[in-house]
Amino acid sequence: MLAYTIRRLLVAIPLLIVSTFVVFLLVTFSGDPLANLRTKQPPPSPQVIANYRHMLRLDQPVLVRYWHWVTGLLHGDFGPSVQGGGTLDIGHALFQRILVSLRLVIAAIIIAMILAVIVGTISAVRQYSIADYVFTFTGFLFLSLPVFWFALLLKEGAIWLNNHIGTGFKTLGESSPIVGPGFGSHLVDALEHLVLPTITLALTAYAAWSRFNRSSMLEVLGSDYVRLARAKGLSRSRVLIRHALRTALIPFVTVTALDIAALLSQTIITETVFQWRGMGDFLFTAIRALDVYAVLAWLLFAAIIVIVANLIADLLYAVLDPRIRYD
Amino acid sequence: MSGELVDGVVPPSVSNRANVLEVENLRVDFPTDDGLVRAVRGLSYTLAPREVLGIVGESGSGKSVASLAVMGLLPKNARVSGQVRFGDENLLGLSESALARYRGEHIAMIFQDPMTSLNPVYTVGWQIAEAIRAHRNVSQRAALEKAVELLRLVGIPQAADRVHNYPHEFSGGMRQRAVIACAIANDPDVIIADEPTTALDVTVQAQVLESLRIARERTGAAMILITHDLGVVAGQADRVLVMYAGKPVEVGTADDVFYRPRMPYTLGLLGSLPRLDVGGRRRLTPIQGSPPSLINLPPGCPFAPRCPMRQPICQQEEPELRPTDHPGHLAACHFSDSLVGVAPSDLFRPTARDDVLPEDAGDSAAPEVTA
Amino acid sequence: MTSRPEEPLDLSSPGAPVQGMSLRQEAPPPSAEYEFTVRARRQWQLVLRRFLQHRLAVASLAVFIAVVLFAFIGGALWHYNYQQFTGDYSAPPSLKHPFGTDAASHDTFAQVLRGTQRSLEIAIFVAIVSTAFGTLYGSVAGFFRGPLDSVMMRVVDLFLTFPLLAVAAILGDQLGPKANGWFWIALVITALTWPYVSRVVRGVTLSLREKEFIEAARALGASNARIIGRHVIPNVMGPVIVTVTILVAAAILTETALSFVGFGVQAPDTSLGLLISQNQTAVETRPWLFYFPGVFIILIALTINFIGDGLRDAFDPTQRRVRA
Repeated sequence: MLAYTIRRLLVAIPLLIVSTFVVFLLVTFSGDPLANLRTKQPPPSPQVIANYRHMLRLDQPVLVRYWHWVTGLLHGDFGPSVQGGGTLDIGHALFQRILVSLRLVIAAIIIAMILAVIVGTISAVRQYSIADYVFTFTGFLFLSLPVFWFALLLKEGAIWLNNHIGTGFKTLGESSPIVGPGFGSHLVDALEHLVLPTITLALTAYAAWSRFNRSSMLEVLGSDYVRLARAKGLSRSRVLIRHALRTALIPFVTVTALDIAALLSQTIITETVFQWRGMGDFLFTAIRALDVYAVLAWLLFAAIIVIVANLIADLLYAVLDPRIRYD
Repeated sequence: MSGELVDGVVPPSVSNRANVLEVENLRVDFPTDDGLVRAVRGLSYTLAPREVLGIVGESGSGKSVASLAVMGLLPKNARVSGQVRFGDENLLGLSESALARYRGEHIAMIFQDPMTSLNPVYTVGWQIAEAIRAHRNVSQRAALEKAVELLRLVGIPQAADRVHNYPHEFSGGMRQRAVIACAIANDPDVIIADEPTTALDVTVQAQVLESLRIARERTGAAMILITHDLGVVAGQADRVLVMYAGKPVEVGTADDVFYRPRMPYTLGLLGSLPRLDVGGRRRLTPIQGSPPSLINLPPGCPFAPRCPMRQPICQQEEPELRPTDHPGHLAACHFSDSLVGVAPSDLFRPTARDDVLPEDAGDSAAPEVTA
Repeated sequence: MTSRPEEPLDLSSPGAPVQGMSLRQEAPPPSAEYEFTVRARRQWQLVLRRFLQHRLAVASLAVFIAVVLFAFIGGALWHYNYQQFTGDYSAPPSLKHPFGTDAASHDTFAQVLRGTQRSLEIAIFVAIVSTAFGTLYGSVAGFFRGPLDSVMMRVVDLFLTFPLLAVAAILGDQLGPKANGWFWIALVITALTWPYVSRVVRGVTLSLREKEFIEAARALGASNARIIGRHVIPNVMGPVIVTVTILVAAAILTETALSFVGFGVQAPDTSLGLLISQNQTAVETRPWLFYFPGVFIILIALTINFIGDGLRDAFDPTQRRVRA
């Protein structure tokens, strides 16, 4: 298993290199990083523009720029940034943002998975019951909700409640600007800010997962081994949990692991609505600022997440299914 | 109706109250998009202790549905009526948890496809131990030891090691033997084996049947052996029940059914069976056509469209199961009396396609006819 | 799990061939083409029949068609243009302005019509182009297998490592303001969604390859191009159509999200996502500006998802069966 993991990671390296190269070309040719500078009023002196050109290595061929970028990465240098007057440390800034986003993503994934397993299982066991129809409809509804619209709705609803009932929902940012002393109050403050974005993200993620769990449960419930388990005289709960759910979780866990990468898109939208200073804000600000290296750093991180999620999915498969052995 | 008839005429040895299982007028319907499928249309039989009853029929004759109904394992949309008496209890209508006490403990079941019968994520031993612990208050360790013993009994070599294997590490025949071990784990009174050898290679079939025989003798269980293969029934069953279109069409001792069939369908089945015990070369005489759809079954005998001796009455009136000239031997045919001494080849013909074969089929040209 | 030729399955749905070949034994095989057309017609009839039994899907199809007609014909008939200043500022819904007006006196109904039309155009473009390309790509990779397949699938892996929304935002930032902004946005989303189609198609093709009728066609001397065109692609259409419905719903949501964060369709053009973005501060004071565009996004995505569910059941009825 360890050997397999190492081999998989080694195989991922060429993919990552090609991926970064394609991304590098894409970002390089998607626009002029100095366009904002050139249209500035009053116009900056040609010397300033030339300085930026040199700092961003625009005076060098593309391949050389890529080479500089990659070798820089190996030393932990993510390249120069046009933001903050050229002083922004991309690596450091991105890392801070990732930590902020990670809270949201992890909380949402845990809630979404629990919800999906419960709802999907009930739906499958009580197929064509009223509960199944209700769960199916709400599942499809959340599958079809634009995440930003739902987030805005929640946010406005929370504001309305705050104003009329006096609840204390936190609707802006990932933390309050002024927090009382001590770790405890910071933690409480962070959790309070987590509530609404987590609900948004969890509900958008759970929808597809619960549908998947329902169909994989249905397949297992119709299987011969579940019928044999019943024929052995096992209790209903044991048949459902030890035989049906245990086996249905194999594809379910794999699919959710793969989906975590896709959850990134929903996360950055949710963050935008709740004005979190997380990865979403980092990316969108970098794009608007035409900050090539900041965008590259973000995409590199996203690609690593995708590759790692794929690996985790494969490893989980092997852990859960004795028929799969990687040696 | 047919149930009372059975009770009235079966020999005393079988009809006494000591029967382990009595099925009476069992009916199973499935509502579908195309109409109501009448899968079982009134099935009655009794099973004495240690008796082996073979239930024979084609796919769709209702034989598997009927046995699943006995176990209460039918899909939720199935409509079941009639009686399934085990001891003094009617199993039909019992709750799922009440039924679970009978399943495995008193009535065990073996399914057709050993490749999918075992849960792929647990070891074989764990699954056998689970069956034991469902009904016995023993430790996991003791249950596993019993599992090893059971695997040895059904003929798994190196059972002590094999008990820790996963199903995918077993061959098909071994898996079916593991399922048999599961079935006998609690010394059941009845084993229902639903096509236990159909999915297996011919060479393995005999081994599995042997394991089944050992298992039956060791536990003293009665058995219902469901198959479409008369050859499997021949060596095993005390009595045989032939099903067609959801109804029993002939019931009797194995000798009655094999040597004195009184229903054209049974004759047809026998004629389709390659035999080595009858000397000389002989053409197979298959039954033409296919079984009827069980939705909107027309009146009359369901076998009439395929029957070479049908008469006008056959298309108007469905024959009841009636006693024949032998006690305990019943047949559902208007003309069962006229079948005395009739051989399959008198009724059915070799298919036209076979006739294309050269006349000298007796030579080495067409060995597959008798092989 | 898999259906066995045993009661009650084969009774409850007589001859339900999903990918199977139920008529093969009955029809004499004079040529593979003939055999195929007979079977295909039967299969499509069955699919249609099963689809019509899914009431929610049929109702969704009706609603979806109504929305499409509303967007494409309604815009031409409605007496306001989406860019026109009507002189009614922030008016609540009325007979004159069914969806009210915004602070600049635009008629929201006209804007929603236009936005729906744009969002649908993009989604339909994505559906058609990514299906066509993904199907061709996936069936070629799955059919030829070997090194070609490996290389082609690594390219797919590469595409899938890019987070859709992020790459779309980077490109949309540059392409969105162009003259045909919506077209470029559609092209970007297509470029990022076709790999999903090609993966599904490749998987189905790999299993189809082993089927007897492909062997039969090859034995009859059919060329590879002909086998792919006449035998593989028609048989993967079921899974593809289901995947595509999911993609259309996803494309609508992606486009609106992209426009919402400002990297999609740009003013003076409009889309449903842009409308919500422009009016997000108005939820409490002028809720009509916020709710109507949102409801239309949900209506489109929800009906497409239900249609997809109906099609999935129609193409693969195994999940609807109840079994012991």
